[in-house]
Amino acid sequence: MSMVEQTATLVPEVGPEVGLSEATAGDFIALLKPRVMSLVVFTAFVGLMAAPVPFDPLFAAIAILSIAIGAGASGALNMWYDADIDRLMSRTARRPVPAGRMLPGEALGFGLVLSFLSVMTLGLLVNWLAGGLLAFTIFFYAVIYTMWLKRWTPQNIVIGGAAGAFPPVVGWAAATGSVSLESIILFSIIFLWTPPHFWALALFKSGDYGRAGIPMMPNVAGEASTRLQIFIYTLIVAPIGILPWVLGYASAGYGIVATALGAGFIYYAWGVFRMAPADRVMLPAKRMFGFSLLYLFGIFAAYLADSLVARFLAAGIF
Amino acid sequence: MSGERNQFEETVKLTDKQRKARRSRSVAIAIGLAILVVIFYVATIAKFGPSLLSRPL
Repeated sequence: MSMVEQTATLVPEVGPEVGLSEATAGDFIALLKPRVMSLVVFTAFVGLMAAPVPFDPLFAAIAILSIAIGAGASGALNMWYDADIDRLMSRTARRPVPAGRMLPGEALGFGLVLSFLSVMTLGLLVNWLAGGLLAFTIFFYAVIYTMWLKRWTPQNIVIGGAAGAFPPVVGWAAATGSVSLESIILFSIIFLWTPPHFWALALFKSGDYGRAGIPMMPNVAGEASTRLQIFIYTLIVAPIGILPWVLGYASAGYGIVATALGAGFIYYAWGVFRMAPADRVMLPAKRMFGFSLLYLFGIFAAYLADSLVARFLAAGIF
Repeated sequence: MSGERNQFEETVKLTDKQRKARRSRSVAIAIGLAILVVIFYVATIAKFGPSLLSRPL
């Protein structure tokens, strides 16, 4: 057999074995979880703008970009580790790794490289407290939440919610080089908002989580207990949302908006609490899930507007 | 044997889909690296100012 013939017969057999990737740049962008990243960028930006220090647009942009890439990196690490359960759930089955468009190693390498780059950029160019907090956030999401809590306890998103709550603290630290009570309140709002937000989703997606063997609250404690816990969490988060005004960090305008949004959140959670056990459409849970996104966006947008007005007033623009 | 193996590796043919995907990744990496270079260049100038250029050689 000549070499040419040997090659011709061997090539088609080894193609898949040598791991030739069909992942496009778009698949790598999907690994960054752009929708989650947009919320991270927004909350980090609010933390950065709310800080009572002069605004430096260049370093603010570098900080936000680093935080966004860091958040994306933790998303990539999450998709690498969770590929086995992602392929069992309708919501996640089309992600690049479970769909077979990308090799697991590619996702892992991408996540590790971006983690390193984002932390080093934030640390070297902005400050090391912010860089350290970003590194801890990535570690918390990828290791503590994804690898440990998610498959182990129904409190997974209660504790794991801290990872999503850190961005405004990182933003604040990037601007000031410190962590203060104001940034801790912003952290608390997201931290306490996460369980009712995710449990509303878990109620109408419990089949998905059950198939994947993830111990979400509705699968473990039952729907009635989950509905009660959702309601209790909203009763806690609504007053925390008003705290910046009560403590004098924000104006009455913010206080009014936060009170209205908090009341709305409780109203929708009450609807979920009263939902009939036989209700399989779960419209109240779907409505509450939608409103929870509006709530968090509204609270942070109001806080941002309030901070901007305070800055303009201090600069004598108004 | 190793000569045969090299010959064998060199003959791996990419499909159209793989070639397009590789090109897309290469372009994205180039853009990413260019952005990183610009960020570090601009940030270095902004951080150290004109004194950066007047150091003893």
